[in-house]
Amino acid sequence: MTNAIGQSIPRKEDFRFLTGTGQYTDDVQQPNQLHAYFLRSPHAHARIRAIDVAAAKTSAGVAAVFTGADLDGKVNGLPCGWLITDMNGQPMKEPPHPPLASGKVRYVGDAVAVVIAETLDNAKDAAEAIAVDYEMLPAVVDPAKARCPGVETIHDEAPDNTCYVWSIGDRQAVDAAFAQAAHVARLDLVNNRLIPNAIEPRAALASYNRGEASYTLYVTSQNPHVERLLMSAFVLGLPEHKLRVISPDVGGGFGSKIFLYPEETVLTWASRQVERPIKWTAERSEAFLADAHGRDHVTRAELALDRDGKFLAMRVHTTAALGAYLSTFASSVPTILYATLLSGQYTTPQIYCEVTAVFTNTAPVDAYRGAGRPEATYVVERLVETAARELKIAPAELRRRNFITRFPHQTPVALCYDTGNYEATLAEAMRIADVAGFEDRRRHALARGRLRGLGYSAYIEACGLAPSNVAGSLGARAGLFEAGEVRVHPTGKVTVFTGSHSHGQGHETTFAQVVAEKFGIDTADVEIVHGDTDRIAFGMGTYGSRSIAVGGTAIVRAADKVIAKAKRIAAHLLEAADADIEFADGKFTIAGTDRSVAFAQVALSAYVPHNYPLETLEPGLDETAFYDPTNFTFPAGTHICEIEIDPATGETRIVRFTAVDDFGKVINPMIVEGQVHGGLAQGIGQALLEGCAYDAETGQLLTGSLMDYALPRSDDLPSFDVALKETPCTHNPLGVKGCGEAGAIGAPAAVMNAITDALWTLGIRDLPMPATPQTVWRAIRSAPQGRTART
Amino acid sequence: MYAFDYARPESLKEAASALRRNADARLLAGGQSLVPALRLRLSRPPLLIDLAAIGELSGIRVENNVISIGAMTRHADVAASREVQRTIPALGRLAAGIGDRQVRNQGTLGGSLANADPGADYPAAVLGLGATVVTNKRAIAADKFFLGLFETALKPGEIILRVDFPQPLRAGYAKFRQPASRFALAGAFVCDTTSGVRVAVTGAGPCAFRAKRMEKLLAKDFTPKAIEKILLPADDLNSDLHAAADYRAHLITVMAQRAVAQAATV
Repeated sequence: MTNAIGQSIPRKEDFRFLTGTGQYTDDVQQPNQLHAYFLRSPHAHARIRAIDVAAAKTSAGVAAVFTGADLDGKVNGLPCGWLITDMNGQPMKEPPHPPLASGKVRYVGDAVAVVIAETLDNAKDAAEAIAVDYEMLPAVVDPAKARCPGVETIHDEAPDNTCYVWSIGDRQAVDAAFAQAAHVARLDLVNNRLIPNAIEPRAALASYNRGEASYTLYVTSQNPHVERLLMSAFVLGLPEHKLRVISPDVGGGFGSKIFLYPEETVLTWASRQVERPIKWTAERSEAFLADAHGRDHVTRAELALDRDGKFLAMRVHTTAALGAYLSTFASSVPTILYATLLSGQYTTPQIYCEVTAVFTNTAPVDAYRGAGRPEATYVVERLVETAARELKIAPAELRRRNFITRFPHQTPVALCYDTGNYEATLAEAMRIADVAGFEDRRRHALARGRLRGLGYSAYIEACGLAPSNVAGSLGARAGLFEAGEVRVHPTGKVTVFTGSHSHGQGHETTFAQVVAEKFGIDTADVEIVHGDTDRIAFGMGTYGSRSIAVGGTAIVRAADKVIAKAKRIAAHLLEAADADIEFADGKFTIAGTDRSVAFAQVALSAYVPHNYPLETLEPGLDETAFYDPTNFTFPAGTHICEIEIDPATGETRIVRFTAVDDFGKVINPMIVEGQVHGGLAQGIGQALLEGCAYDAETGQLLTGSLMDYALPRSDDLPSFDVALKETPCTHNPLGVKGCGEAGAIGAPAAVMNAITDALWTLGIRDLPMPATPQTVWRAIRSAPQGRTART
Repeated sequence: MYAFDYARPESLKEAASALRRNADARLLAGGQSLVPALRLRLSRPPLLIDLAAIGELSGIRVENNVISIGAMTRHADVAASREVQRTIPALGRLAAGIGDRQVRNQGTLGGSLANADPGADYPAAVLGLGATVVTNKRAIAADKFFLGLFETALKPGEIILRVDFPQPLRAGYAKFRQPASRFALAGAFVCDTTSGVRVAVTGAGPCAFRAKRMEKLLAKDFTPKAIEKILLPADDLNSDLHAAADYRAHLITVMAQRAVAQAATV
């Protein structure tokens, strides 16, 4: 198959997943394995006066019980991978993050002890026998209140509960622009806290081999090499080469499985203490409590416009919750991945953003599908739509007046967009969504007693993370390249080893398509291997829609090296000069002749080098490449949402949802469409359904199960209308940009713009997410013109 | 889950005697509430008495305008029953709207009533239709059955055998779902009979209750408009993350109106 790229071929991994033959961490069984149960804090903030584990240690089936005191001095805290430097040039506050609570607990769910026993029930029984003497402390869960005078300090290292106050942009220039503005749009926005909920909960299985003094950890990780590096070098002080991390099949991550968590760290350490394998699998309730959450911003946002609706400047002040401890990439999310996107698709010449990151007595907050970019898009697109309504300019028209049309474009917030065509995605989305017919539909809806609204979201994201030197200058403590190895076997079949990790993205298919097209072979002849530090050279993993742009490019580079070497072998076999060999359609041909040799024949010669230039060329056909991108990629698009509200109940139904995305070149349109659908579901979930709530006084998680935390179900969603526009990325060989997060980034603003459109004439300017029926009903009831809406 | 003993009697007599011998034993019907509670270690019975093998507890019979539904009859079977659809279509629709397909295939009428979850659907139908809950000891009128939050008139040792529903002239049920659990935030079962109108509300209070002011107005004028202005006092209603009491009070009226509209079109 020489035209594999661009084909919607069925996913190679589906047979395994659909027939129950996948191998997830919890499926792995090791002889003699023990089970771990983590005793978690029932309090949001308390001093630990004493822990009595004596009864637990003698409980039936118990092999060991460990608390924070057992780890003190032996196990370091979990590191944060991104150093943010504050406005005054000071490094962010980095309080320790012990894997088991030490001295204090700081959120409900903070791990206090681990019980390791023959069975999970044995471990749970023993955990009930542990007596913890807590001295309760006041808790703070609202980021807006974390810095208030008199609020209890969570970490001594940050007395005012502030990790950093960081800014980007020229404040004076922005203030000056606002002073000149003909109009200023203002919004106070809350970006609601979300709980990720991958279908497979986190799990780990750690073992220690005394004979080899080595460790093996199976874990639900999106980036096993990063996990190994952090755990071995920073936390446990193990030799990196003696720790093998395997991420087998993983059932969804959405960012929540990027991070190094306490549980697998404790298991790895403890496996040596007990010299038996130890397994832990989170229960759904545990996942709610102890997985890293997402979002949780409180923002004041302002947009200054001139008389013609041209954007002059944007000013944004955000308070972002980090939770009780700094998770692995927590510090970068509300800064580098957020404020740099505030230019959106627009020419806004001046932008200033100030971010105050605070600790709260809640689960740690870190990257969740979109990571900073949904929050930025929400700010920009809510502001733009609000400004359009205030100025009585059609929202699409206001966008058109401000679109960036010339590339490359340097924004005032650090990024340089290489390419895009924003008018094209907007126009196509408006055509598919039949915006022209909307006012008719609105009238008909009103006749049925329904309030209908239409909202846009013209999003942009920065993906393909990241040029390592740029990331490094911004505080990253890791490189952000990717590695790929292409191994051609003697028969011409190919195994590809990639540092990217697939946990729902379909890499085994799309990456195979890329290699199949490169070599002119069938996708069935290409196997993709990922998720094992012993098999794969290195990898930075999968997040930030980076896999095809960075991981895919590394594979292309390795494949190019294979082709370059194969050409030399072919030249020898054909008795021609290297320079005369052309490679196309799976054949090496002497240019201008019909003399050729097939790819598989060359592969065989590389491994059976009887007729082979051994003096100048090594046998074998196996190449590795490390690729570090030169820029981010900039997927962008327009979402249009159309909703109807039943004013009697406040219920919002999405009646149409159109997404036109520009992901650059698309490898497998079906897989991309699936990614868009999933992202939209999560974005719509944020807008209408999902809202993590902690009790303001006690810090108890109120939405601790699926009975109270509303994930979108299929009947909450419309049938999506999706389409693609392709402007190829200019700086990677595939022209790809990435697609995994777009839906979650664009959708919330589109939904909320539609809802506020429906309610605008009642005098409602803004509503908090999630716009639940109660929220909408109450807003209508208390709106100036609300009573007329037949509630 | 804590360890427990498990019995699967094949007759009512055996079940009753097992229950008599072990005062802390729990009856297992469809297990849709009890089993999750066990898994979360919130319940620790020494013995589970599974009623699934007692044939006489399942099935639907119609006699003299009374529809008798066995306590162990699954929601899906009630929803699919032609007898139910012919006699009380609103009851069939209610059963078809409980939980999800898995819950309906497993959950039972008797289990739902004995558990008396404030958000459950069946209590609204039982109270709204003025049904009779028949146990191994006695017959309990619906008006005397629901006492409070997860609290019923059932006494220790008592096993629900069936529920007898009198056939109404017409009936309707509408509920507004809590977005996450899909239990009723507020649901209203409205029933018109020769002896008057009954309106039963679920989801909004500690247990199902009747809205008597609505009943009086609907008895005179069985239209949604008749109760348009009625707003139940919020003081007695539940308030939680998903709905404050005033929103629930409002939803009760809207759902009752929709139930009336539905009943009127049947």
